[in-house]
Amino acid sequence: MLRFTLLRLRSLILALIVASLVIFAMIELVPGDPASFMLGINAREDTINALREELGLNQPMIQRYFSWITGMLTGDFGTSYTYRTPVAEIVVERLWVSLPLALYALTLTILIAFPAGIWAASRRGSLTDLSVMGATQLGIAVPNFWFAMLAVLIFAITWRIFPSGGFPGWDEGFWTAMHALTLPAVALALPQASILTRIMRSSLLDTLSEDYIRTARAKGLTRGQALRRHALRNALIPVLTIIGLQFSFLLAGAIIIENVFFLPGLGRLVFQAISQRDLIMVESVVMLLVFAVIVVNFLVELTYGLVDPQLRRAR
Amino acid sequence: MSLLEINNLSLGIHGVPILKGVSFAIAEGEIHGLIGESGSGKSMTAFAAMQLLPNGAACSGEITLNGRNVLTASETELCQIRGNDVGMVFQEPMTALNPVQTIGQQVAETILIHEPGTSARAARTRAEEALRRAELPPERFPLSRYPFELSGGQKQRVVIAMAIALRPKLLIADEPTTALDVTTQAQILTLLKRLAREDGMGMLLITHDLAVVSDMADHITIMRRGEVMEAAPTKQLFAELKHPYTQALFEASTHQPDREAQDETTPLLKVVNVIRDYPLPRKTLFAPQEQFRALKGVSFDLYRGESLGLVGESGCGKSTLTRAILGLDPITSGKIELDGASVQTGEHAVRRKMQVVFQDPYGSFNPRHKVARLVAEPFHLAETSPSGAARDTAVAEALISVGLAPEDAQKYIHEFSGGQRQRIAIARALILKPDLILLDEAVSALDVSIRAQILDLLAELSDQFNLSYLFISHDLSVVRSITDRVLVMQAGEIVEQGNTETVFTAPQHPYTRSLIAAAPRLPKGPAHAA
Repeated sequence: MLRFTLLRLRSLILALIVASLVIFAMIELVPGDPASFMLGINAREDTINALREELGLNQPMIQRYFSWITGMLTGDFGTSYTYRTPVAEIVVERLWVSLPLALYALTLTILIAFPAGIWAASRRGSLTDLSVMGATQLGIAVPNFWFAMLAVLIFAITWRIFPSGGFPGWDEGFWTAMHALTLPAVALALPQASILTRIMRSSLLDTLSEDYIRTARAKGLTRGQALRRHALRNALIPVLTIIGLQFSFLLAGAIIIENVFFLPGLGRLVFQAISQRDLIMVESVVMLLVFAVIVVNFLVELTYGLVDPQLRRAR
Repeated sequence: MSLLEINNLSLGIHGVPILKGVSFAIAEGEIHGLIGESGSGKSMTAFAAMQLLPNGAACSGEITLNGRNVLTASETELCQIRGNDVGMVFQEPMTALNPVQTIGQQVAETILIHEPGTSARAARTRAEEALRRAELPPERFPLSRYPFELSGGQKQRVVIAMAIALRPKLLIADEPTTALDVTTQAQILTLLKRLAREDGMGMLLITHDLAVVSDMADHITIMRRGEVMEAAPTKQLFAELKHPYTQALFEASTHQPDREAQDETTPLLKVVNVIRDYPLPRKTLFAPQEQFRALKGVSFDLYRGESLGLVGESGCGKSTLTRAILGLDPITSGKIELDGASVQTGEHAVRRKMQVVFQDPYGSFNPRHKVARLVAEPFHLAETSPSGAARDTAVAEALISVGLAPEDAQKYIHEFSGGQRQRIAIARALILKPDLILLDEAVSALDVSIRAQILDLLAELSDQFNLSYLFISHDLSVVRSITDRVLVMQAGEIVEQGNTETVFTAPQHPYTRSLIAAAPRLPKGPAHAA
């Protein structure tokens, strides 16, 4: 398992280096000068020059790349051009909203999808299966902002049991903060849970038709025992892959939901930074998100190793 | 009283009749062979006895196991019977085990399911004992092994250990050796026989191969299309061959196609000192790359018009050699020439002189294309590919030469049976009028009666078009019936070669001897059938 982990770790580091080069090159290679781009077309020559100096754009490219990387490694992400505060500070603040929201939504997704998927697979073709499949179809087809608005209408306006938006901050207490994140998390989770339910169901159905399930039944296991003891773990690999992808998506892709609920999250931050041409902010946040995605994938691959002994030993 | 008694069993799946009034009985300690070709319902009979039937199956009749009626038993009762009173061994050992559990866990599970009070330690000890009885001593194969760390034969032993752990009264073995090599097959059959005799266990041995049961079973039942054709004690059955279907089956199993002997000595294919290395995964990050030598300097000639056999067990390098000859895989050193030109260049002029027919008549066609397109596919290798009427004529000719009708060109592949598909594969190989056809286990997946027809067809085509064959197979009896010369391959080397009859009657190399000794043989049969 140690060797397996080390090999995964090696590809993780390689991926990070490549990603940082690509992001850096994108910002460098966009046509025109970043400073004049950030200031807009009406900017004066000396203001542009001052900004170039401030951003260190007059240094050679390799030096800039390394100072960017070493800066990030020591927690210095540069200073935001629009906010005039360190990027790291803003990002950390936003991360405290986006990360719990993503985890919350992912937990809900798993809590819905696992039982629903297993239930549907074990009663294939029944009314239960058909209803679960119908519900997931709806969950995938309906956009999550519509769920969000519906949830606000029912739970915040009619019944008044959840706030309709905003985030009080963690200083107000854990439960108050979680309370505020509940509706957004549900709205984010419903489509993801629908996808994951279908993956869980089809993966489990594939596994249930395997020869070793028949072997288990011939040993005297009931249908349920065969499913729990033999099918479930084998069905988990594709499910884990999807969970990894979903987490990355939930972390960065919640822009619309963050807007519906007025949440100060990462998605809104990137969106604003792009529209305000705050390249330093964009560069750093994108790198951070890439980092998160790669780390999540790394963790998912480690769990493959836990599930599948062959992966663990063979490589 | 019989251990298992099946009386007038009928079975339908979604209304389609599968079994029609099947009756037979197995006494305690009896080994009962159930023989039939694919679709005869022999496996369904076994699954009915276990009540592990697919959805939509409905049984009528009576199945009594140990005095209990299986058809009226509740699911809970059935779960108690399965694994405890009846154990089952399946055809495909590669997929019969859960890949993410150790063999110890899987064998111990049988014990823990039926005797829930057993401590983990006691279950382990009994699992070890069961594995030892299946000849997998825990000193060499610890319980912590995973299935992927075992060979096919070893996996089958684990499945057997699971089935016999609770010393059931009946063991159902459904084609237990069909997926295994001849020598492994012989070992597994000996093991099953020993276990049955030691414990006085009854056994239902299901197989398509008459030879497998001939020296094992006490009693044989022959099935066809869901009905019992003939049932008799083994000796009597082979001595009398009463039923016409039994006779036909027996004749097809020993079928010898009529062929003209070839004595030409112009080499068509020259394989000279071919070596093929595969890189192995590195053991540590910085270790030097190690190589696995799959072919260790293979040399042979194949003469024009000759049928040459290549036999060997799985992993011996047969497939690597086939791929190298076809020019699909590079070789590390040596040379392979067809009619004086290297096959490794991939030039169309060379490639169109040889074609290949694979084992699986189901997987080797694109299901979305019509037969006409499938058969005409090799034309892309031709210098001038015919079109329009000329192309249709060529396809029709190829189909006629393999015994199909020109109209079949407009059908899709799913409309054909396994044997017909293999004819289409041969038509596809013939359309360019090649000199050499590689037959890679081309008849292994077919039932004996179909196999006999295809062998006849191959013999006829070779005489008609002066074709050469390289006949690659693990089935010694087939190779013996259709080849002039034979090569025996072991661990990447050709250990023996020579005239087929000479090699089979007087094998020189110990490996050849062990192969021939392991192959199951049919008894002589009565005078009128031979």
